Amino acid sequence: MTDAKFQYLLRLGDNALVLSQQLGAWCGHGPALEEDLALTNVALDLLGQSRLWLTYAGEVEGRGRDEDALAYLRDCGDFRNLLLVERPNGNYGDTLMRQFLFDAWHQHLLAGLGQSTDPRIAEIAQKAAKEVRYHVQRSAALVIALGDGTPQSHDRMQAALELLWPYTQEWFDSDPVDAWCAEQGLAPAAPALAAPWRASVEAVLARATLEMPAYVGHQKGGRQGLHTEQLGHLLSELQFVQRAYPAAQW
Amino acid sequence: MNEQNKQQTNRPDWPLWEVFVRSQHGLAHKHVGSLHAVDGASAVQHARDVYTRRNEGVSIWVVRASDVVASAPGDKEALFDPAQSKVYRHPTFYPMPDGVKNI
Repeated sequence: MTDAKFQYLLRLGDNALVLSQQLGAWCGHGPALEEDLALTNVALDLLGQSRLWLTYAGEVEGRGRDEDALAYLRDCGDFRNLLLVERPNGNYGDTLMRQFLFDAWHQHLLAGLGQSTDPRIAEIAQKAAKEVRYHVQRSAALVIALGDGTPQSHDRMQAALELLWPYTQEWFDSDPVDAWCAEQGLAPAAPALAAPWRASVEAVLARATLEMPAYVGHQKGGRQGLHTEQLGHLLSELQFVQRAYPAAQW
Repeated sequence: MNEQNKQQTNRPDWPLWEVFVRSQHGLAHKHVGSLHAVDGASAVQHARDVYTRRNEGVSIWVVRASDVVASAPGDKEALFDPAQSKVYRHPTFYPMPDGVKNI
């Protein structure tokens, strides 16, 4: 079942890669210099994490693919990221809400991965967990500040929450890949993160005076390679140079 | 930068903060620059993102620029010139041991 482990590592690497690429698009466009730098710092942290996960994924797969081959030469259907991270940047509030919902999940996931029976996974997760502790502190503070801010900022954050909510449940679904990894002690079981995530999100939304959406249906498929249209556009930018000039280096 | 971005980055509503970073234990905090932020907590976060990207710090202080009381440029002579003729105040009359740093 090295394939399940490979798939699981791709999920970790692709989440970080796609979100990093999305945040990178804000570079030079942030609402203030300080915010611009902060958000791109987060993008760089995620890019670093993605490199570690994808490098290891390539080694586990054993077919000679390195981080670059996996990042630049796979097409949409081979990406295993969650749908949430490929949702469009939207306005700054949408970007921050997406970030907070992801960070809140990411921190609990990494805490579990830090206990992995695979020492390499545990090592990467422990390094990433430090970065993500800061990410979630930052994004939670901003969600609270804007949610409990002016009527306009409150309405925008509530709208962002409603928009993104249907994409925040697929990560708790168990599938054969996830179940196998949990059984081997490689990773925490996906459903086990639901309660801690919800508690983290509830606490922040309450302080932000935002209402948690009531509906329960959700979008899913990202981890199985069923993506939204948005991912194709994102990959065409991400992969353009390698596709146009194969094996180009600098 | 378009007109809208220009207006946004002027930020009259975000006060200015002076940032001090201590680069290692045992040293004093040193002024590294300033930034805009809505409050103290976010000023510390911004300082972390703007001024410690290259592993510069172990501790950050931020102070509202408006809270800094500064000497007046016009008082320069009265304040500093009298020290110029008092060379005996400089610790230059004895050798420093090689192992002493950061003085």
